[in-house]
Amino acid sequence: MRKTVFVVLLGAGLLTAAGVLSDAGQEQSTPLGLPQVPIPEDNPQTPEKIALGEKLYNETRFSTTGEVGCFTCHDQKKAFTDTPLKVSEGIEKKTGTRNSPTVINSAYLTTQFWDGRSPDLEDQALQPFINPVEHGLVDYEPILAIVRTDPEYTEAFKEVFGKSGEEITMREVVLAIASFERTVISGDSPFDRYYFGGDEDALTEQQKRGFDLYRNEGRCVSCHIIEQTQAIFTDNRFHNIGVGINGIQGDVPELAPAFLEADLSRSEVDVEVLTDPRTSELGRFAISHSFDDIGSFKTPTLRNVAVTPPYMHDGSIETLKDVLIHYNNGGVTDVGDRVNDFLSGGIRPLDLDEDQIDDLVAFMEALTSPEFEPSADEAGGK
Amino acid sequence: MTKSNLNRRDFLKGAASVAAVSTLPLSTVEFAFADPAQNFTFAYISDAHIQHIKGSQFVYNWDRGLIRAVAETNLLEPRPDFVMFGGDLAQLGSKAELDHGAEILAKLNLKPRMVMGEHDYYLDLGEYWSELFGPQWYSFDHKGVHFLVLNSIITFDEWTYDRWPTAEQRMLEMAALDNPNGSPFMVGEKQRAWLAKDLSGVAHGTPVVVFSHSPIQKIYKGWNFWTDDAEEVQALLRPFDDVTVIYGHVHQIQYNQIGNISFHAVMATAWPWPYPRAYAQAESHMPKITVPMNRADPFFERDATGWQFINLKTGRVDMAYNLYNNTNRTVAYNRKTGRPEDTKYQAEDDRIPPQTQY
Repeated sequence: MRKTVFVVLLGAGLLTAAGVLSDAGQEQSTPLGLPQVPIPEDNPQTPEKIALGEKLYNETRFSTTGEVGCFTCHDQKKAFTDTPLKVSEGIEKKTGTRNSPTVINSAYLTTQFWDGRSPDLEDQALQPFINPVEHGLVDYEPILAIVRTDPEYTEAFKEVFGKSGEEITMREVVLAIASFERTVISGDSPFDRYYFGGDEDALTEQQKRGFDLYRNEGRCVSCHIIEQTQAIFTDNRFHNIGVGINGIQGDVPELAPAFLEADLSRSEVDVEVLTDPRTSELGRFAISHSFDDIGSFKTPTLRNVAVTPPYMHDGSIETLKDVLIHYNNGGVTDVGDRVNDFLSGGIRPLDLDEDQIDDLVAFMEALTSPEFEPSADEAGGK
Repeated sequence: MTKSNLNRRDFLKGAASVAAVSTLPLSTVEFAFADPAQNFTFAYISDAHIQHIKGSQFVYNWDRGLIRAVAETNLLEPRPDFVMFGGDLAQLGSKAELDHGAEILAKLNLKPRMVMGEHDYYLDLGEYWSELFGPQWYSFDHKGVHFLVLNSIITFDEWTYDRWPTAEQRMLEMAALDNPNGSPFMVGEKQRAWLAKDLSGVAHGTPVVVFSHSPIQKIYKGWNFWTDDAEEVQALLRPFDDVTVIYGHVHQIQYNQIGNISFHAVMATAWPWPYPRAYAQAESHMPKITVPMNRADPFFERDATGWQFINLKTGRVDMAYNLYNNTNRTVAYNRKTGRPEDTKYQAEDDRIPPQTQY
């Protein structure tokens, strides 16, 4: 991979873009537990570009109602998700089919979206604007009209890209948004301080037992990967774990060939999967057309997972405990339900007992970065 | 059930469209016969090894492998003309195992044609299997191709009838690898006579495809990757221009060319075997042109298992392997070199480390 590495401008706990700006120029090390952020050669980070990207990220005029921006579903106050929504709400409260994945550490992912239909953050940022249930635009003209004429934008694009008027295209818009997103990096959780920092007291005894299960009987680590010096908690692969697909098993023989026959472009897939709940459950298959991918979705990170319920690509499981019960049952939420024919070979009944499941949940709770820990008030309100 | 709004929509591709990279084996299907109506494909599932534990319990992993292959085969578009099952439906040949396997196979849209495996046979010498599935060797014609199914896993009468105190022990002895009490597989005189007679009515220009459980070639005796009378069977096939032998049993990708005969192995849905030359201390005769499979990741229990989708557009077999958690492979007959070749990895330089480092 030919990618240069950019030293993250953020220290642990300093996640806001304001932090980026005020720290601009001061190189700080990557948060504990994370590798350096890969920066594409054709989109180097600059403080000005990051600031422009953040402004674009929070812009609401790039939607039909003037109310929806990137932040709507990826809200910093909610660990860059829209928790506790099950699936995301776009314009006019229209809902899609998928639970909002966090922007945090998405810079490390080798594909974007639950089905990986986008190769990078730049490409990802193009899709929601023109999705009928997200920003709802028919095309990019309304965005271009604003960034080419609004003085705040014209000045910024001139400064960042040296471009103005018609020279400004969606390419510049998404380069800036992606640059901002590459600063949304978060590590330094109690787990990181224990495992990478050598602080024995950072985890409770129960969490340590959970960590042992995580690596052994729980079989978690095979997909939610922890390496020797870093942990992004994903293998960047796609797996059928028996979520979503379980509800449409009878329809697969009709849906899958129809999808192959239609041979959609990627933008068309984007619309289909967010507007047709059954097609959505085909998962990665919609992109790869490989039988191996039927009902499979990308392994999400587990960082900050305790503060971003509900879970799974469709938000169908409310608590971490229920997630673990689903895995413990070998890919069915209720014991005795039919296991789907296309289940990943990595998923099998685990035979964990109640205490072990609680230990694993406790370990998940040790993956929250300090900046996303609920404040004392919120915690007290629970 | 609502109708998908995708059906047969005629899309105009915008600038944003990208070519879909199809990893489906059906991407290999092309029209090549003069009369396109004569083109056809078929699916091949093999070596399920359904294993009974007790009561209604069966080994979960082997069940899942067969269930998945059946479900995927049912999704193939264009539809295969028929489905083959290549033997070893059961692990120890019991009624419970054969019944359970037959029940899973019954979910196929098409009734499969069956090949006998040694794990199906040596408990009751194929009696219950034949009750369920019919004759142990037979032939059929389909769109200008002559197909033959052999029971290639029989052995010497003395070993079969006189040596073992119980049928159960006979089954276990034949199921063991590197077993000094084992005995080599063969087609046998009776079946060879039938084969000669069957082939006598077939024009030499007709493509011939043979299905057997063991390889009709000699690779490694200790695991019965072997048929003792392989040469005699090959001799009967020699007069024909295009002959292909497709066999199960070995749970790995193998292919070879001996004279006019192309050989292809199929994957198991149960588990992968290592390559004899990488594992066995004894001499083996793995075909030189075979490019090995990727080494499997054992976490993914389906890795290095799979099933295959076969087309006969040239009168020879193009074998598309559908491999889970792995890279799909296609081994197709190359008219120029006159042998089957992996379409991607055949050249030494094109191989990836897991194919060479076992």
